[in-house]
Amino acid sequence: MRNIRTDVLVIGGGAGGMAAAVSAAKEGAHVILLEREDTIGGVLNQCIHNGFGLQFYQQELTGPEFSYKLENELKEKDVHVVCGSYVRHVDFASSTAYVLSSSGVQKIEAGAIVIATGARERPFGALLIPGDRPAGILPAGLAQRYVNLENHLPGKRALILGSGDIGLIMARRLTLEGMEVVAVVERMPFPGGLTRNVVQCLEDFGIPLHLSHTVTQVRGKGRLERVEVSQVDKEFNPVPGTAKHFDVDTLILSAGLIPHIEDYVRDLSTDPVNKGLSVSNTCETTVRGTFAAGNNVAIFDLVDYVAAEGWIAGRHAAFRALGKARESVRIPVVRKGMVGALVPNMVDPQEHLRIYLRVKTPMDKGKIVLEELGIEKDFVYAVPSEMIQLVVNRDKFEKMNGADSLTVEVLP
Amino acid sequence: MQIVVIGGGICGSLIVRELSHLQDVSAILIEGKSDVGQGVTKANSAIVHGGYDDPHGTMRASLCVRGNGMFPQLCEELNVPFKRTGSLVVAKDASDEIEQIENLLANGKKNGIEGLRIVGAEELRRIEPHLSDEYAFALHCSSAGITEPWMIAIAAVNLATMNGARVITGNPVKGGKVCEGRVKEVWLESGMRIPADCVINATGVHFQEVASLFGIETPPVSLRRGEYIILDKLVGDMVKTVIFPVPTEEGKGKLVLPTVDGGVLIGPTSEELDSHALEDVSTTDRGLREVLSSADSLVPGISRFNWVVRSFAGLRPDTEERDFFIKTDNEVKNFITVGSIRSPGLTAAPAIAELVVDEMITDVLNTSFKKKERVVSRLPRTERINELPFSKIAEMIDDDPLHGKIVCQCNEVSEREIINAIREGATTVDGVKFRTRAGFGRCQASFCGWRIVQILSRELGIELSEVRMNEKEAWILDGKVRP
Repeated sequence: MRNIRTDVLVIGGGAGGMAAAVSAAKEGAHVILLEREDTIGGVLNQCIHNGFGLQFYQQELTGPEFSYKLENELKEKDVHVVCGSYVRHVDFASSTAYVLSSSGVQKIEAGAIVIATGARERPFGALLIPGDRPAGILPAGLAQRYVNLENHLPGKRALILGSGDIGLIMARRLTLEGMEVVAVVERMPFPGGLTRNVVQCLEDFGIPLHLSHTVTQVRGKGRLERVEVSQVDKEFNPVPGTAKHFDVDTLILSAGLIPHIEDYVRDLSTDPVNKGLSVSNTCETTVRGTFAAGNNVAIFDLVDYVAAEGWIAGRHAAFRALGKARESVRIPVVRKGMVGALVPNMVDPQEHLRIYLRVKTPMDKGKIVLEELGIEKDFVYAVPSEMIQLVVNRDKFEKMNGADSLTVEVLP
Repeated sequence: MQIVVIGGGICGSLIVRELSHLQDVSAILIEGKSDVGQGVTKANSAIVHGGYDDPHGTMRASLCVRGNGMFPQLCEELNVPFKRTGSLVVAKDASDEIEQIENLLANGKKNGIEGLRIVGAEELRRIEPHLSDEYAFALHCSSAGITEPWMIAIAAVNLATMNGARVITGNPVKGGKVCEGRVKEVWLESGMRIPADCVINATGVHFQEVASLFGIETPPVSLRRGEYIILDKLVGDMVKTVIFPVPTEEGKGKLVLPTVDGGVLIGPTSEELDSHALEDVSTTDRGLREVLSSADSLVPGISRFNWVVRSFAGLRPDTEERDFFIKTDNEVKNFITVGSIRSPGLTAAPAIAELVVDEMITDVLNTSFKKKERVVSRLPRTERINELPFSKIAEMIDDDPLHGKIVCQCNEVSEREIINAIREGATTVDGVKFRTRAGFGRCQASFCGWRIVQILSRELGIELSEVRMNEKEAWILDGKVRP
């Protein structure tokens, strides 16, 4: 067993983790970055379409290009990257991680830890869809990996359940590669992914989108043969008599991403709506010296947001590790009105605040109110699938006057 | 002597393991599916029952009690996990439930079960702090436990093979030659004809169908389907024992129990199916809802949607007698049916194997067998990274770096474990999954599925598109995107 000491340990080598590692190193910290796959970049490696980087790099990039840029920065900054590693256990009290890899086991003691483990896909098993258990049912991300990196098609004729971005992108991708995509079904009355993806991936290819519909049964002996789709009511219960059947050999699931935090929930607080780790505007979790950024905090729309949050997490982790962090109070952030997902969950008034939020249902217009700060911001047209971003300069916190929470409210 | 065992479920596998210990016996196991332990054996509650509820005097009562006693040694020899968690039949403070618990206790005592007693509310709360307050007392059975039934079949077959038994998989029985009141040959789908001195029909839900291929009548099979849900390891702490409600006419009721790898299993429903639905292991909307709500009434708050990992259904064969049907046919005198292995079939299986080999086959062949002088009686220990301390893993990685390459992160399964499973007989994704638990966890192979397919393709020397989930129809990948 090797014992290693580092200033900042970053767990997860996707966009958030890479950005965190680079920014921590920029602040002068010694950084170790752990990645479980054999290559760094996370899901960016298989996202070969463009649309990334417009905010973080001010240019449009593909996933691999975005990853390549961060990877170069890692090299420049001498970040020690360990691929093919597996974090078995983290002891948060002593900021120590126990890590396995094919080169041996390591005990890594860190001045600060950044958790950037991303998200996982909601698997078929968790959906409780009745019927058989045939082959040919797979999450969209796995399908994307097969097609884009392993050079294999998952089937011939597919139906896609869920209109999250990966599902929409895979509808286009599979069509371009010669599979027939018969439909995308979404149980909500509105699409789960970005509007631009609905247009570019479905409408441009004539793939029908059935809103307020879901898969109510799967059938197949060995391989999937048939999928039953039904309309659902407001409580998502199938409406009797609306069942339609599709003869497909493949069912692709884009049924939501789940922050990948199960290994940490006993030690760190989580937010019940985001279902991710609770963090402050410095990306610090409820444990001092442990930071989190990216899709393990909340599911973000854009990799740009993830990288930006990672950047902040890395910077503050470096401050903490190098003894440069200021002690401060942290005030809870409270949801009100139509606010769904919301980041951050705590605020340190000495730092700038970037709020990311989702509305609960589509709204033609509305306003965001930060009651204690006396800030109101109008918006036109918001949908749950697109996050609203709001930046608050730290000077504004002078108006807090000792309030013990910050309320974020969305009003019609 | 050549003895043919049809069916690689837990009974067939344990029978062939016993046969492989005998001198001058050539034992052959035939399994129609691509792997052993993949029928009734893999889809049940995985409980080693105490045996207090099986009516005194039935075959299942006596074989269950005997089988329970054999489990510690069996699992030790097969290197399969077995935990005596104990079980509880929990009851509300109502006169009918009190009476039922007392009846179970009395029946259990008649069956000769030790460690059976009634516990009051306070102790009940100590044993299961998360149990609903509605339950006032329970029947506690300390000899009940949990295991991995499919691993018993897999391990028993591995061990039998080491001792010279032959195993044929993916080749169902199509019929056979019967003359002068004896089966002479067993015919397989592939055209293979296997001479037989004795045939054991241990084919789970198919016992009636397979017997009829040899012109033999058995009591008609009736089928009961049970639907289950597996919950995340995050709730593993909420349940310590096997928790039963008071039993009903339909069976033991819907339970909540821990699994040996730290998760929780809830279910099953109990639904009578048409006796032709021999492969219908589909789940239903109603069934899954019932499973969730009854688990919640036993352990409030346990069935949160986000903790659901997977659902599945299994079939249980039975007959009108509601007992095992283990019998040498009256006319075809070398044909033994091990049928209607309903609950508590898993618990009884080692006792059934002993009964079939030591008594019934000996009778059929009218001879007494000698044991081989040297047999491998214990499966060499295969290490699971997940169960080892950090320092031990360090040594193992020094020895072989593949121990440190974790493929399934949910269940901490290394590439070495997966390769070993393939070398020990796994040929499919499910074969790997059931042997190693890779892909069994909360992400359901979302992350590692492609790696497992890749490793199977590499180790078996086949194309990615030739890898199967389980049976040959269950293809995973179509051809290449581009050449």
